[in-house]
Amino acid sequence: MDFQLSEEEEAFRKEVVSFLDEHLPEGTERTPEFQAKWTKAIRERRWVGFSWPQEVGGGGGGIMEQVILKDEMAKRKAPALGSCFMGLAWVGPSIIQYGTEEQKQKYIPDILDGKYQWCTGYSEPDSGSDLASLKCKCERDGDEYVVNGQKIWTSIAMWSKMMILLVRTETEVESKHDGITCLLVEMDTPGIEVRPIKNMSGGAMFAEVFFDNVRVPVENRLGDEGQGWQVTISALASERSSIAEVHGLIRKIEEVKELARNTIRGGRAMSEDPGIRRRIAQAETKIEAMRLNGMRFLTKQLKGEPLGSETSINKLHRADLEIGLGELALEILGSSSTLMGGDDAVDGGAWAKYSLNWPEVVIGGGTPNIQRNIIAERILGLPKD
Amino acid sequence: MNFGFTEEQELLRAEVRKFLDQNAPLERVREIVEAEGGPGTDPALWARMAELGWVGLNMPEAHGGVGLDLETLLVVLEETGRSLFPSPLISTVLAAKAIERFGSEEQQARWIPGLADGSKVGTFAFMERSDTLGAEGVETLAKPDGDELILSGEKRYVTDAAAADLSVVAVRSGSDAQSLSLVVVEKGTAGATAVDYDAMDLTKRIGSLTLEDARVGTDCVLGEQGAAWPAIQWLLDLGAALVTAEAVGAAEAALEITTEFAKERVQFDEQIGKFQGVKHPLADIYVDVESFRSLVYYAIWALDQDADDARVAVSRAKAYCADAFPQAGIMGVQLHGGVGYTWEYDIQLYLKRAKWVRPMFGDADHHYERVALLGDL
Ligand SMILES: Cc1cc2nc3c(=O)[nH]c(=O)nc-3n(C[C@H](O)[C@H](O)[C@H](O)COP(=O)(O)OP(=O)(O)OC[C@H]3O[C@@H](n4cnc5c(N)ncnc54)[C@H](O)[C@@H]3O)c2cc1C
Repeated sequence: MDFQLSEEEEAFRKEVVSFLDEHLPEGTERTPEFQAKWTKAIRERRWVGFSWPQEVGGGGGGIMEQVILKDEMAKRKAPALGSCFMGLAWVGPSIIQYGTEEQKQKYIPDILDGKYQWCTGYSEPDSGSDLASLKCKCERDGDEYVVNGQKIWTSIAMWSKMMILLVRTETEVESKHDGITCLLVEMDTPGIEVRPIKNMSGGAMFAEVFFDNVRVPVENRLGDEGQGWQVTISALASERSSIAEVHGLIRKIEEVKELARNTIRGGRAMSEDPGIRRRIAQAETKIEAMRLNGMRFLTKQLKGEPLGSETSINKLHRADLEIGLGELALEILGSSSTLMGGDDAVDGGAWAKYSLNWPEVVIGGGTPNIQRNIIAERILGLPKD
Repeated sequence: MNFGFTEEQELLRAEVRKFLDQNAPLERVREIVEAEGGPGTDPALWARMAELGWVGLNMPEAHGGVGLDLETLLVVLEETGRSLFPSPLISTVLAAKAIERFGSEEQQARWIPGLADGSKVGTFAFMERSDTLGAEGVETLAKPDGDELILSGEKRYVTDAAAADLSVVAVRSGSDAQSLSLVVVEKGTAGATAVDYDAMDLTKRIGSLTLEDARVGTDCVLGEQGAAWPAIQWLLDLGAALVTAEAVGAAEAALEITTEFAKERVQFDEQIGKFQGVKHPLADIYVDVESFRSLVYYAIWALDQDADDARVAVSRAKAYCADAFPQAGIMGVQLHGGVGYTWEYDIQLYLKRAKWVRPMFGDADHHYERVALLGDL
């Protein structure tokens, strides 16, 4: 085993650190002016789309450097690399892999610049975990596709200019994975209606999207007709980043510890309560296990071996932790944990809110039971159900 | 960056695996451990392993060892764990490591060669009736008498107590809480008696070492008298890491056995592995085993490097394992149904190993508390 960085990697790390020293001095206020300057600076460095090919405006960087970059940024609590979340996570990689030259030129620079948001139109009311059963209808009419149907749970649909959409172009198919096509759709196309859905923490970040004879030019098809499932799978694979995103969890557990030290109940700090201590230590241990699992996955990638279903391990841990840390914080807080506002609400009810937001991570992108199926069937070789 | 093994280490793994598959399949393991009044190990196999360099793998070359790191030993331990191979490997390594790290050149030359070539069995004796891993739990007294020490007290839960030719014993040298010493007590020392207990896990021998005015020369003290607490803590950490390393192989085997069973056993006209009530717990065990595997790999590496975070790394690995391995054993037996409760089926052997692993060098509560302490809580 060797956890040391090579000379080149160390040099890159230093480069990142000095960049951060220059552009993100301590105590920097995140004003809009700062944000604009920051965005420009990281774009000029080609750190947005760090691992994308240079021809399309990416950084052409390696996996290891990407990890170093993310690590150093997280240490400094730097703002995210780029602002087009889904564009960077999977739309961009899909276009790079399956898109035409024109599509690449048209969309990739905007994604890198964060000009506007993309949303993901996969799930339907009757097609969630069983995504391939989707029905949203799509018929060809000359140079256009005509889409009719409904999508649901579409995150940030109301703030997006573009959608990556899965539709069914063929119904008479042997396998439900066939006959699905992927389209890149402008959200202001006539016939699209977006209805926000209020979630249980009171916000509205996802929506239902209705399609009524929506006309999409054939040139906006990503990949071949009927190839939508492959496009989706490889897009999700490219999103399955090797290193689990533990930085957020590490920050969260530090906050929980702080909360335990500062919460006095029955005359003593909750950080002295044996039950609370154990649960914090357990959560911390699980986060460290995720970090190390991620490093084992990374080692595999660096050796050129493809990553398989093992990344589901960390998805399951993450699900547990996101729920667990919220519950732990509420337990530390005691009666005041129920409050969302008022003088007695700690941090203005921020923990209560946090404890309601886990579905984003736990349900979005595949539920824990689906992850368990993946491990059981693809790794342990148990029969499909 | 490489969080994995070298080609040489993988070759070693394959060799050990082949050796154990040929010489110590579970039927043979059962014969060894079920033999009434037997030594609990197979002396010929043990000698062969020593010859192949696996016993002295990480003992110093100058004293007959192979001089490799703990990381390489980890490969061997995973495999002995998978086979539930009954041998005093961990306890012998611990004794040798104590002598290597804290003993003088002369002491190393005196004891390590015998441990490295397998002719002598060693162990590390810490626990007492207090059943705690704190310094205050050590009551066994070492009273100076000229150039000798007079030892009195009782060491308990000592792995391979009766088999040990030499025991590295933690003793109290003064009233100050942490005033402890490490002393080597050889078999046959007058006043020192070792016996093994009956234990759940037949593949691990466990017993006590009673010292009744046993006399050892001061040349048997490792390091400075009365100042061994840091050394002892290091040994306790090493012990926890080695036990966890073996547990990785054992837990993985338990998962494999149960998974195979789930593929073969048919009920309701289906392989039971098709039911989520069966496949999901198996997936959860997989997640746990892979996770404490990562934790202990890192902990062993950190011990090799004397890294600052070695202690917390060990505690995380052992704590996770001490909860997860017994759970894997229990679930394994349960998913086997009735046959899982029989002596004939192998899954129960792994459950019993898990129950040995749980307290050895600290249980989950002990180690999670240490994680909390080391994490400024
Ligand atoms: C915050 C949030 C954001 C989202 N954003 C988007 C988005 O931007 N775009 C998008 O397309 N979708 C999005 N989704 C949808 C998400 O991908 C689905 O909700 C998810 O895949 C589950 O589908 P479902 O809700 O239909 O639940 P169902 O599939 O109906 O599942 C209900 C329950 O049954 C279980 N279950 C289902 N099938 C099985 C099985 N075979 N074995 C065992 N258990 C099973 C599930 O695990 C779950 O617990 C989002 C969801 C959330 C919560």
